[in-house]
Amino acid sequence: MSTTASIVIVGAGQAGFTAATSLRDAGHVGPITVVGDEVHLPYQRPPLSKAFLKPGSPPFELAFRPEEFFAHHQIDLRLGERVSGIDRHRKAVEIAGGGSIRYDHLILATGTRERELFDRASLPTGVVTLRTADDAEQLRDRLIESERTVIVGGGFIGLEVASAVYQRGHSAIVLEAAPRIMSRVVSPVTSDYFQQIHRSAGGIIMTETLVGRVTTDGDRLSGVITSEGHSIAADLVLICIGVVPNDELAHEAGLAVGNGVIVNDRLTTTDPAISAIGDCARFPGPHGVLMRLESVQNAADQARALAQSLVGTPTTYDDLPWFWTEQAGSKLQIAGVADSYDDVVVRGTVESGSYSAFVLRSGELMACESVNRPRDHVAARRLLASGLHMATSDLIDETFDLKSASRTPAA
Amino acid sequence: MPKVTYVQPDGREDTLDVTTGTSVMMAALSNSVPGILAECGGQAMCATCHVYVAGELATQIPPVAEDEDEMLEEAASERRPTSRLSCQILMTDTLDGLVVQLPDQQI
Repeated sequence: MSTTASIVIVGAGQAGFTAATSLRDAGHVGPITVVGDEVHLPYQRPPLSKAFLKPGSPPFELAFRPEEFFAHHQIDLRLGERVSGIDRHRKAVEIAGGGSIRYDHLILATGTRERELFDRASLPTGVVTLRTADDAEQLRDRLIESERTVIVGGGFIGLEVASAVYQRGHSAIVLEAAPRIMSRVVSPVTSDYFQQIHRSAGGIIMTETLVGRVTTDGDRLSGVITSEGHSIAADLVLICIGVVPNDELAHEAGLAVGNGVIVNDRLTTTDPAISAIGDCARFPGPHGVLMRLESVQNAADQARALAQSLVGTPTTYDDLPWFWTEQAGSKLQIAGVADSYDDVVVRGTVESGSYSAFVLRSGELMACESVNRPRDHVAARRLLASGLHMATSDLIDETFDLKSASRTPAA
Repeated sequence: MPKVTYVQPDGREDTLDVTTGTSVMMAALSNSVPGILAECGGQAMCATCHVYVAGELATQIPPVAEDEDEMLEEAASERRPTSRLSCQILMTDTLDGLVVQLPDQQI
């Protein structure tokens, strides 16, 4: 594609922002338009459930760059606007409320939205979700007043918020439907460790617990009732049971979708003039299976790979996924994705609060979960990226220098 | 407010007045100083806010912690004894006049 082509990006999150800036950095000189439905300048989301919620934190700057930056780089930001449709024949996106923007190439970076548990309209105030900066601001205000916070969903976000609640000297009750917390993303070893430290920090973790409904006293929130009929009092209920990809625009335009917008290893949809990146994209993952990841790394790396392809350097996306979370004073860093595994071995000891769990399939390393052990995390990233095989006995032997071994070039 | 100067690989300099407590990384982003990506948002989870800090004032910065140390190993540009992650340098009055050199690449 010519570097003078007109590129429209739908979505102003990490993926959309990185795509726009990477295109300019890579030498794209044609028009770049970013359409985002929030009114804020593109901003980072990871702190929203972490540092942003800390008591006494100074006014937090979330924006990636100030407004002048976008003007200077001739990136046309259309904020507070929503794309209502894609006219593939005309190669234009339609803006809700009128108008359209022509494209030579369209990038869908539409992200995800919170999975709804209840009909939002019927809920009392005090039942909240967390996705946007506005949500985070509202949550931070409510945490100041809240005495009893119930968090529905024991994933990264719910557990990070629980940690912010403990920092305010309160207990948080976390209700998780699965038998263990973070079960979708970590091995049982790591679920157990975090369950333990949350309990020590003042959390009440209830697994295999579904919420039946929200209860009210008059028009005020009073708590929740579990599906087994137990009442739990609450003056704040955060619902964070996962997300769904915003793939409707793609679907309505006739592109292949299925738990996300389906793309090939160059991040192209079934229409060569349209790509999809970030949380909304379902792409061929490291083990050849289609996958969709919700992470900064994935959003930013896909955006950069796509920018390279669009300026004329065809680039296959195959970067190693990594994630992190901070909860109850422990930092968890994950390298790789364990979509299926048959063994988990531990380096260090879980009891010491500093260990790495290596997740294996048929003896091959799939992922590594490091708790308060950045050294192993960095070594694991290298091992996974290079595909270098390591004997299980070496992985768990603390006298074996994993870091040096990870630097050995693959044969 | 303490001042920090960013020196680009081509020698261009930007000097900013920075509120105490703000990181050298965040000040650069907020003022469109190029050369710092800061992908993880200041968590020492990536190495895209790498800078070189030389001189007397460098000794006034708290030492490199373990997570910063490991991430610096992953930096795209050469790691030197003066390498730091700028997200881990919070400005104080003591650091007034700090000069940081930006590397050639962050990714």
